[in-house]
Amino acid sequence: MSENGNGLVQLTKKDFTSDQEVRWCPGCGDYAILNAVQSFMPELGLKRENIVFVSGIGCAARFPYYMETYGMHSIHGRAPAIATGLSVSRPDLSVWVVTGDGDALSIGGNHLIHALRRNVNLKILLFNNRIYGLTKGQYSPTSELGKVTKSTPMGSLDHPFNPLSLAIGAEASFVARAIDTDKKELTEVLRAAAHHKGSAFVEIYQNCNIYNDNAFDFVREQKENRLYLRHGEPIVWGEKGVRLRPDGSPEVVGASEDGLLVHDAHAAEPAHAFALSRMTQQVIGATPMGVFRSVARPVYDELMAEQIDVAKAKGAGELAALLGSGDTWSIS
Amino acid sequence: MAKAIEQLEQVTIRFAGDSGDGMQLTGDRFTSETAVLGNDLSTLPDFPAEIRAPAGSLPGVSGFQLHFADHDILTPGDAPNVLVAMNPAALKTNLRDLPKGGTLIVDTDQFKERNLQKAGYEANPLEDGSLEDYHVHPVALTSMTVEGLKGIAGITPREAERSKNFFALGLMSWLYNRPTDGTLGFIEQKFGKRPEIAQANATAFKAGYAYGETSEDFAVSYQIAPAPMAPGTYRQISGNTALAYGLIAASKLSGLDLFLGAYPITPASSILEELARHKAFGVRTFQAEDEIAAVGAALGAAFGGSLGVSTSAGPGVVLKQETIGLGIMLELPLLILDIQRAGPSTGMPTKPEQADLLMVLFGRNGESPVPVIAASTPSQCFHAAIEAARIALKYRTPVYLLSDAYLANGSEPWLVPDVATLPDISISFATDPEGFEPYARDPETLARPWAIPGTPGLEHRIGGLEKADVTGSISYDPDNHDLMTRLRAAKVAAIANDIPLLEVDDPGLVDRNGATTLVLGWGSTYGPIGAAVKRVRRAGVSVAQAHLHYLNPFPRNLGDVLHGYEKILIPEMNLGQLLKLVRAEFLVDAVGYNRVRGLPFKASELAEAITALVES
Repeated sequence: MSENGNGLVQLTKKDFTSDQEVRWCPGCGDYAILNAVQSFMPELGLKRENIVFVSGIGCAARFPYYMETYGMHSIHGRAPAIATGLSVSRPDLSVWVVTGDGDALSIGGNHLIHALRRNVNLKILLFNNRIYGLTKGQYSPTSELGKVTKSTPMGSLDHPFNPLSLAIGAEASFVARAIDTDKKELTEVLRAAAHHKGSAFVEIYQNCNIYNDNAFDFVREQKENRLYLRHGEPIVWGEKGVRLRPDGSPEVVGASEDGLLVHDAHAAEPAHAFALSRMTQQVIGATPMGVFRSVARPVYDELMAEQIDVAKAKGAGELAALLGSGDTWSIS
Repeated sequence: MAKAIEQLEQVTIRFAGDSGDGMQLTGDRFTSETAVLGNDLSTLPDFPAEIRAPAGSLPGVSGFQLHFADHDILTPGDAPNVLVAMNPAALKTNLRDLPKGGTLIVDTDQFKERNLQKAGYEANPLEDGSLEDYHVHPVALTSMTVEGLKGIAGITPREAERSKNFFALGLMSWLYNRPTDGTLGFIEQKFGKRPEIAQANATAFKAGYAYGETSEDFAVSYQIAPAPMAPGTYRQISGNTALAYGLIAASKLSGLDLFLGAYPITPASSILEELARHKAFGVRTFQAEDEIAAVGAALGAAFGGSLGVSTSAGPGVVLKQETIGLGIMLELPLLILDIQRAGPSTGMPTKPEQADLLMVLFGRNGESPVPVIAASTPSQCFHAAIEAARIALKYRTPVYLLSDAYLANGSEPWLVPDVATLPDISISFATDPEGFEPYARDPETLARPWAIPGTPGLEHRIGGLEKADVTGSISYDPDNHDLMTRLRAAKVAAIANDIPLLEVDDPGLVDRNGATTLVLGWGSTYGPIGAAVKRVRRAGVSVAQAHLHYLNPFPRNLGDVLHGYEKILIPEMNLGQLLKLVRAEFLVDAVGYNRVRGLPFKASELAEAITALVES
């Protein structure tokens, strides 16, 4: 912590590092994400006391303990609900939700979609490792079909969720994806999420080196498969690009061909972002990263505050008047 | 010539009709007229969960019972003196409750073949002599209503027919000499957006009143003098409205914003609806995606420094228990209102029961004690809400407040309290970073500091994992877990020192020649037990009564009180839940009187049970 000369306090990464011993497995992708978040926090210019991290249950959910901010490690899947109550009652706070694929998409699926459609002012970071880690290796709602795990010795029968498609379908106003070890682009995405008004949903590919190692090697290690989305620019990677067929499906063509799809993160309709979310490694041979969708939509917290302001403007509530309202009679 | 007027001390009227007939509205209006006149009163709405069961069918019957008197009364009455039956189904389902000699007012227009069939009558009871033990007033309610509204432009015949409940209300208002201005004003306000409907209802109401005045079928009308009541301003209030007002009062008295997280559920929804109307008090109401989110959001708001509340009924409360457990671990204030209804599972959604007591006490994983308070009458719900908030805020704990479907919808006159007499329940947040520890404890209350986000220097993390004493860091230390478990229990147990002693109503205590039998109750059985005890005493039987408002912890003199009596009767609308607690805790041979019929107790059945035990 230091004075920057303007009287403002300039915080550093160290200021956001709590005194708690970090207890993730050595080599876990969570370390990289924690490092990126702690490093990026100071640039927000927020006071530590005005930042709150809320989590559910799972490996990722230990995250708040390691942040020198306010924090709550709550119950499985419920973090978006708890954070909603905090955020709408305290619009002065910056509220972050840290969750995992099981926490957000399985037990907490309902809370996630409703927070997104309401556009509560929450920054939701979903650490997706496509496995249940803390319970030691069962398949998750993002595990691929046929995944062999301790609970699915003959392969899982569940078709997985695509987290971004789900979020876009749930009317999310901000949707992005990043990779745990890709610090530069992860920070870019976090920055955009932090500045977004309303719900910001960020999927972070996170490697679980114990129970699902190398799950994202196709893009985490094979960097040539990273397709960075840039608003207003054609969708290209390496020598390749994407064009849309009349039916809306993607066609991989040369990067210099005509009619390439141009990224529009601010498109009013979610169809563009949804189409991008379907362009997976299997479909186009690359994986889009960055901000898929970022649109302005009324924020739930502000709407609720407005209603209260409107009601108060007509006269603040007076208890004696309330209790004595309706048909009354007097006895002397 | 004016008709004769007879004086009565008390009357119980039941309005019964199709759920689409507007019986609840009719009952509410008659109650308002009665309240304004100054009678003491108590009401019992009784309606099906179905919004509109098939018209004319037995399951579709909706009823509203009102007991009013020139003296202090405690219950909506065991049985009606007067039954207003709007159709054959209403007669069929309610006649068994009307004592022989009772008055019966029926809409003869509805006693046609189709409706008789639907109600399972083979012959028309108005014609086959089966009602000869009653005073029957056959009134062509529907046709007179429709006839009376013919001149009003813009209403359909169907709409005209729907005004018949106001005709019935008008007739009853004449019969019991109720003031009519309030209802006319109400009609204007409620239906003002459709003036022709307002006019139709007002016309029907006046026509019913005039019919009473002129019809030779009604020779006398009745007067019930105002009941003596303490001076002051009164209004009538239902339990759920009183809870909503109590929560707003608690917010004012604590200086904290109120945050309600709720999911619609019978019979609790009207608390959410009432609070949603009072945003001018800074009330935030959040209709959540489910019961879990509702209480989760309330807990999140509590973390941020609001008075966090969640309201529900048994099937919703059972879903909240996980979050209550977190609240116990976080040691944050949180209020949960359980408006009990008949269970298990969906049970009978609109009917009262007291069978959630053991669930709220014990239905969570681990050793997870919470204070539990129970309201006893509709108006007492107001003070119960403030008291529940006081305990939650002072001791930083979730608190359960129990009410039920009977209190929720029932109403009674309420002496509007002077705001200046309400308690100060303000607390202070932690602000001093010097030596701050999240789980340090106040030596008196054992409460931990409430350090809300936004407070510089107090950044800390809390969670559901076991905490190290004082520091609040994660701890799996065996001795620490044992210590923390005992600390959480001790904190709740010590609240016994901060609540009133249990009062015993024992007329014999003065001469030390008191009763040997005690009747102990909790919750909404207060009225019926009180009425039964009065009745038994009038018959010369000596009996003591005590009523618990605190179920956890119990008042600290409860054991002494119990050990002072040879026999103890515990009436409950469950199969013996308080009974089990009392027997286990105090080793007394108490006995229960238990019925789960989805209806409040009748004073007469309790009087019999009390007398039988005294004489055993």
